[in-house]
Amino acid sequence: MNSETSFKRPALLAAVLIVLIALPTIADATGYSALTSLATRILIYGIAAASLNLVLGYGGLVSFGHAAFFGIGGYVVGILYQHYSLEEPLFGFIPGTNQMLITLPAAILISGLAAAAIGALSLRTGGVQFIMITLAFAQMLFFLFVSLKTYGGDDGLIIRRTNELPGLNMRDKHTVYYVCLVITAAFFALLWRIVNSRFGNVLVGLRQSEKRMAAIGLPAYRYRLMAFIISGMGCGLAGALMANFLRFASPDMMHWTKSGELMVMVILGGVGTLFGPLIGAAVFIVLETTLASWTENWQLALGFILLFVVLYTHGGVQALVLRLAHRPENRNRFSESTMRRFKVLERPLRVRKDARRSNGKR
Amino acid sequence: MTQPILNVRGLVKRFGGLLATDHVDLTVQPGEIHALIGPNGAGKTTLISQLMGELKPNEGTVELAGQSLDALPTAQRVGLGLARTFQITCLLPDYTVIDNVALAVQVRQGHSFRFWKNVRADHSLRDEASTLLTGTGLEPRANELVANLSHGEQKQLELTIALATQPRLLLLDEPMAGLGHVESQQMIETLRGLKNQVSMLLVEHDMDAVFALADRISVLVYGRVIASGSVDEIRQNPEVRTAYLGEGDELC
Repeated sequence: MNSETSFKRPALLAAVLIVLIALPTIADATGYSALTSLATRILIYGIAAASLNLVLGYGGLVSFGHAAFFGIGGYVVGILYQHYSLEEPLFGFIPGTNQMLITLPAAILISGLAAAAIGALSLRTGGVQFIMITLAFAQMLFFLFVSLKTYGGDDGLIIRRTNELPGLNMRDKHTVYYVCLVITAAFFALLWRIVNSRFGNVLVGLRQSEKRMAAIGLPAYRYRLMAFIISGMGCGLAGALMANFLRFASPDMMHWTKSGELMVMVILGGVGTLFGPLIGAAVFIVLETTLASWTENWQLALGFILLFVVLYTHGGVQALVLRLAHRPENRNRFSESTMRRFKVLERPLRVRKDARRSNGKR
Repeated sequence: MTQPILNVRGLVKRFGGLLATDHVDLTVQPGEIHALIGPNGAGKTTLISQLMGELKPNEGTVELAGQSLDALPTAQRVGLGLARTFQITCLLPDYTVIDNVALAVQVRQGHSFRFWKNVRADHSLRDEASTLLTGTGLEPRANELVANLSHGEQKQLELTIALATQPRLLLLDEPMAGLGHVESQQMIETLRGLKNQVSMLLVEHDMDAVFALADRISVLVYGRVIASGSVDEIRQNPEVRTAYLGEGDELC
């Protein structure tokens, strides 16, 4: 099936990549040097949104707590840096570090472990209960970090210098941008393999019909949990990059509004598509930047735009662009029934299994 | 006597005050097509759901070829050789016909914690799925999205997917429901052709199909098996005639 046709358009992909590579140069030449920072943020949020999309779009699990993993990733970098600069080991035996080659894997690992714990509990529920319990876990972590005075509490942690990479000058904004670009490219290549693998196949199957997957003998829980863990790891990676980019980690990174923003990016770009979330992140951040420069109440305008996207584009900006470009073969790769389910914001309550069966029984 | 492939003893399911399954005893012998008939609301689908482990019975035991299934979740029961079709078709609408079949083959082959290789380029899956589709009438429709299939084609696909799990016992929940006459005849022929490969528990309203296929028939009324026997015995059973056949004979 045409599950990911995106990579079959290598020309378009190569063009985008070339633009991204040339972007800092273009930005400097045209005098808009802030563009590089904007693009860095887009790439980082693109990773986070695409991670969320693995469970939300491919797995059909609406997690409202993914900011937790984003924040954990950021705090891993921040806390390791603090212990590095104070030269006192964490818990008395883990030395701090400012080496990105250590902090990024550590952030991925820790957020993966957190996702395993949160996912293992949350996935015992479904539907609205799942949304609420993931939200609850994220808020618990938010308040935990607010109260952690050792690590800045409410004010967050300042990271004086971006983590070091051997042979690179990480004080240069362009270098940071290119590091993020390489990581983003690698991340999306990996994600592309995953969503088209056997694992991705059962995940998308579970989204379409859990009942059918059970009937062919699939134990759903472990696959959903694995997807949740991978997704949490991706968000942790993005959080770690963000902490490096902003040189700051704060509880705001795991506030529920951040989870909402990630979800908005996914919906804006295109739920259940590979590059949709990256496009969504770009649209979101560009909108945020431009609208905020016009009015303080930029969220209102964003709300209307989101409403339009959900109601009329049938699959986000990506689908809209493809339709405008008159590429009917790429139009709306989901059936109507799935699209209806994907209008996440108006998603109906999923009735408990037992209740549904006893009603549905003839 | 040979060991039955399916052995159900004293199965009870209550939904609040409603006794949906009332101490049901049922056996299916190897190689047999055992039909389960009964009026609407008799609890036939509920019984199948309990056999598959989708619903937990309140009492009773279910054995597949002598092995107790009571504590096992649906997925493991499928692994042991139980498969079902759904009365109201339950397929993956965004996938093509061959994707649906290949996915069943994939799950049967073992765990799916494989993250790298493209599943749609995997010949061990595609080839077997193609083989299963050969001669089913779905063959020319292999690359069609399931959402675009007719009802009859979906019923056919339900059966093909169930067979892809290589079951020892097939639970068929009204495979003819909603089919036209010609499609029904094709389905009867298909099921007859499968008789040597797999045992079947056939829930069906279409009496022509039941009498054409079944070796034995059990009649379920208000959750209770009121009669069980050969086709002729059931045909002549007065209780069955009043409870079921007399009720309007042809319900579809």
